[in-house]
Amino acid sequence: MVDNNLLFQYLLRLGDDQQILSQRLSEWCGHAPTLEEDLALANIALDLLGQARSLYTYAGEVEGAGRDEDQLAFLRYENEYTNALIVERPNGDFAHTITRQLFYSVYMDLHWNALLSSKDETVRAIAAKAVKEVDYHVRHAAEWVIRLGQGTEESHQRMVEALEEFAIYTGELFEMDDLAQQMFKAGVGVDLTLLRPEWEQQIAAVLGEAGLRMPEVNWMQTGGRSGEHTEHLGHLLCELQYMQRAYPGMTW
Amino acid sequence: MVSAMAEVRSLDHEAIRRQVWEAAAAVPDPEIPVVTVADLGILREVRVEPDGTPVALVTPTYSGCPATRMIEEEVLAAIQLAGFPQARVETVLSPPWTTDWLSAEGREKLRAYGIAPPQTGSNSKRALFGKTSVACPHCGSAETERVSEFGSTPCKALYRCLSCREPFDYFKCL
Repeated sequence: MVDNNLLFQYLLRLGDDQQILSQRLSEWCGHAPTLEEDLALANIALDLLGQARSLYTYAGEVEGAGRDEDQLAFLRYENEYTNALIVERPNGDFAHTITRQLFYSVYMDLHWNALLSSKDETVRAIAAKAVKEVDYHVRHAAEWVIRLGQGTEESHQRMVEALEEFAIYTGELFEMDDLAQQMFKAGVGVDLTLLRPEWEQQIAAVLGEAGLRMPEVNWMQTGGRSGEHTEHLGHLLCELQYMQRAYPGMTW
Repeated sequence: MVSAMAEVRSLDHEAIRRQVWEAAAAVPDPEIPVVTVADLGILREVRVEPDGTPVALVTPTYSGCPATRMIEEEVLAAIQLAGFPQARVETVLSPPWTTDWLSAEGREKLRAYGIAPPQTGSNSKRALFGKTSVACPHCGSAETERVSEFGSTPCKALYRCLSCREPFDYFKCL
């Protein structure tokens, strides 16, 4: 029997990752380098938003306190968010955004695939939809990394800088804290450490083709899973939550 | 006596189910109105509860497809208009929607509308990531190229025809 409170926290964590990255990517809308990229990033953001909605809706049901997806998305403060730090980092330039997309999409592709054998029926159903969407995200990011890595001296250099910046945020994705351990033992979650070798291999393959390589990292940044965030999350939430804070309960 | 009544009732239920299906199935997709929710395979099933309440089950194409809510509302309105004010619409996620559920008729309607229909067998990774050849819906040429895998709606990709030079949408595999 799975503890409902733990399951609730676990679903929120998974939902927060998707929602915060969705919000970040949607900042590109109207600003991307080309019209096609504008559409692509907005579409990817939309996929992530849909996944977050499913997770929050289910989290609200599990919690049983009458909170729905909107209340969970719009009425929590930053220390109640447990997303990984990588998704809240500012977009930076296009190379930064694409680098994060590669790191994160490959990670989620492996993660959702593993969740296809979760003992929780709803998690399995959400994963089965998400995994097909994320396939497209992986390919999108990989193609761009190769294009930028092999592009001009400038685009290559920007990729090098982006890899330097985001590499220290990748360790957190595979952390097995107490909640992750318990959900793994309950058969709902997965052992994230097992995904890491495959993730490293896939990233190395793409970077290799791009003429780039993963920087050596001696330590990893962490904190998001316990609600300790960078200074950027609060600003992101200000924008995300403004309407519901200013006009509580407002609907379309 | 009891079994005869049960039989009458189940016949009634079958008639309700059929009527509700017909009403719901005719609802056009809000973003691609040339195809219906039945053509797309979004309308999964209609069942009738013991008290006679019809329930239509719909499934989203992509998790974040903004048309999902509108489709639910329009399906409900169509069923109510057909004489079932107590009907309900429920969303199901599993099994996940796939472009393989598009009917043959739906594919042809898409093509005639200027959207290249998805290739069949999209369930397999090979189809998803293998080299695909998409025929131009305007001139039929196989000489086409992908511009972007993301288009004006979550379910479409952008292509261009190298023969007639027309850009077109491709209903991408999922």
